Amino acid sequence: MKAIADRRHHRMAPVVLLLLALLLTGAVYAALSPTPAEATAASEDDIAAGAALFRTNCATCHGPGAEGRDGYPSLIGVGAAAVDFQVSTGRMPMQATGPQAPAKPPVFDEEQIAQLAAYVASLAPGPSIPTADQVDPAGGDAANGMALFRTNCAMCHGSIGRGGALTEGKYAPSLGGSTPTQIYEAMLTGPSSMPVFNDANITPEEKQDIIAFLEEQKQGSPGGTDLGAVGPVSEGLWVWVVGMGLLLGAAVWIGAKSA
Amino acid sequence: MSTEHSQSTELTAAATHRDVAGPLPERFENPGLEPHRPRLTDEDPGAARRATRQVAALFGVSVLGTIGVIVAHVAFPPGDSVASMRTSNLLLGAALFLSLIGIGTAAVHWAKTLMSDHEVVEARHPQKSSPEVREGAIAVLREGAEDSGIARRGVLKGAMISALALFPLGLAVPLIGEVGGDWNVGAFRHTMWKRGTRLTRDPSGTPIKAEDVTVGSAFHVIPDGLREQEHWIEEKAKAVVLMVRLDPADLKSEQGEGWSYDGIVAFSKICTHVGCPVALYEQQTHHLLCPCHQSTFDIADGARVVFGPASRPLPQLPITVDDEGYLVAQSDFHEPIGPSYWERLK
Repeated sequence: MKAIADRRHHRMAPVVLLLLALLLTGAVYAALSPTPAEATAASEDDIAAGAALFRTNCATCHGPGAEGRDGYPSLIGVGAAAVDFQVSTGRMPMQATGPQAPAKPPVFDEEQIAQLAAYVASLAPGPSIPTADQVDPAGGDAANGMALFRTNCAMCHGSIGRGGALTEGKYAPSLGGSTPTQIYEAMLTGPSSMPVFNDANITPEEKQDIIAFLEEQKQGSPGGTDLGAVGPVSEGLWVWVVGMGLLLGAAVWIGAKSA
Repeated sequence: MSTEHSQSTELTAAATHRDVAGPLPERFENPGLEPHRPRLTDEDPGAARRATRQVAALFGVSVLGTIGVIVAHVAFPPGDSVASMRTSNLLLGAALFLSLIGIGTAAVHWAKTLMSDHEVVEARHPQKSSPEVREGAIAVLREGAEDSGIARRGVLKGAMISALALFPLGLAVPLIGEVGGDWNVGAFRHTMWKRGTRLTRDPSGTPIKAEDVTVGSAFHVIPDGLREQEHWIEEKAKAVVLMVRLDPADLKSEQGEGWSYDGIVAFSKICTHVGCPVALYEQQTHHLLCPCHQSTFDIADGARVVFGPASRPLPQLPITVDDEGYLVAQSDFHEPIGPSYWERLK
C-alpha cells in the first residue's frame, strides 16, 4: 500500500490516469454504441462487388462515380438507407421516366442490395440501414404512433396509410406492402416527393411507434371490407351505383306486372 | 275495342303530323282500363304450385337466416382481435340480411303471383266542400269577428297586431346575437405568434433548433405554450405552421426581407381558399398542395399560387433564431390567415 501511495504523487500520474480514462471511455463506447447492421457486414469485397454492380446497372444515369448529372441526383452522401429503400422496393433501377418511380418486384437479391448499399455508403457518410430492433413493431407504442402519423403523414398517405394522389401524376403510395425497415428508411431519407423526417424531427423511438401503428392497420378493418380505405370515392361509388341500383331494381320489381 | 284502337291510331298520326294535319283535338277520349290479362299462375295450376313452393322457399331462407344470426352470435363472439371482430360482424350482418330479405321477397312474390290481381277502380270523391258547408264556415268566422268587436275597438286591434309583430324578435335576436361572434374578424387578424415565440413540434410541443431542420425536412409546427391557452384548439386552428428547409440557392423570393432563416421558411398551414389545412409538401418541386381543392403553392417563391382556386399566397411567418439556437417568430403573421374573404373586411 505504501508503494502505491508514493506513486500516486508521481508527476506522470495525471497523464497516466487520463490515458486510462480515455481507454476506458473508448472501450465502453465501442461496447455500448449501436453499430448499424451493414457496418459490420460491409467488407472491402462487398464494396468492390457493389461498385461493379453500380457501374453495370446505375452508372448510366447516376454517373460512373455516383456524382449524378442533370436530372439525375448525386448519390454521394445519401447513405445505405436510401439505396436499400430504393432498390429493395424495386423503384431503382428505374425502367422508364415518368412523374415518379413506381414500386415493382426488386431486380437484385438481398446480398446484391447490401453490396450496392455498402458501395454508396463508402462514398460519403449518410443514414445507415436501421437495425432489426429499431424497426420491431412490438417495441413501439401504436397510440403515440397514430398521433404522429396523423400530424406528419396522413395528409398524403391517408389516415391508415392507404396512399393518395399528389400533383401532376405523382402520388403517395400505399404503405400496406412496405416492410418496417422500408418505412423507417423512407422517413429517414425522404424518397422522391416525400420530405425528410430526420431523427431530430421524429426520434427513432417515435419512428418505431409509427411502424407499430402501421403494422396494426395491416390487420384490416373490424367492420368487414373497407372498400380499399381510400375515403369517400370508393364508398360513394358503392352507395350510389350498387346500393341505389339495388333499391331502384327492387322498386321496379315491386311495380312490374307479373307474367 | 276496334273503334278505340282506330281512334288511338288516328291520334298518333295527328300528333306525328301536327304541322300538316292541323291542331290537336280539343278533348281526348278516356281510353278506359286495359283488358284484364290473367297471369300464368291464374290459368296453370302447375305454375301456381311452383309459385307457392318459391314463396315457401323464400320464407325458408329467412328462417335459415334467423337461425344463422343466433348461431353466429353464439359460435363467433367478437373476441379481442380485429380478425375475430370482423368475422363476427360479417356473419351477423350476412345472416340478418338473409332473414330480412327472405321475408321481403317472399311477401312481394306472393302478392304478385298468387294473390288476386283484379283491377279495382275506386272513384275519387271531390275535394271541394258542399256550398252549404262553405257558407256555414264563413258565417261562423264573420260572427266571431263581429262578436270580438275588432272593427270598433281600434285600440285592441293595434295592440294585437303589435304583439304578433313583435313576437318573432324573441327568437330572432338571440339567433342573430350568436352569429355576431363570428363577425369579429379581429379574431382572425391575430394569432398566438408574437416576437420571440418559439416554434415547437406538433403534437409534442418541443422546441426546434435550426440545425435540426435539414434540407428537405418538413416540420409541422405549433407555437410554444399552446396547450396552456384557455381555448387552445381554436388557437391551434389559426396558428399552425408548416416549416421546411430549402437549399438557400433554391429560394427565389419570400414575402418579406429576412423572414427566412438560412433557407428555413415557415408558412401558415390554413389555405387561403376556404381554410383547409395545406400540408401535402412535395420536397423535390417545393410545391405545397391543398387536399380539398388542389390549390398549389410554390414554397420557394413566397408561396405563390401556381394552381387552383386560392387567390393569394399563404401568409409567411417571419422567423429567426434566439441566442440558444432555437427557432422563434419575429412577429405575428403580417396579414390575416385563412380564407381571403376576411381581407375584404380589413
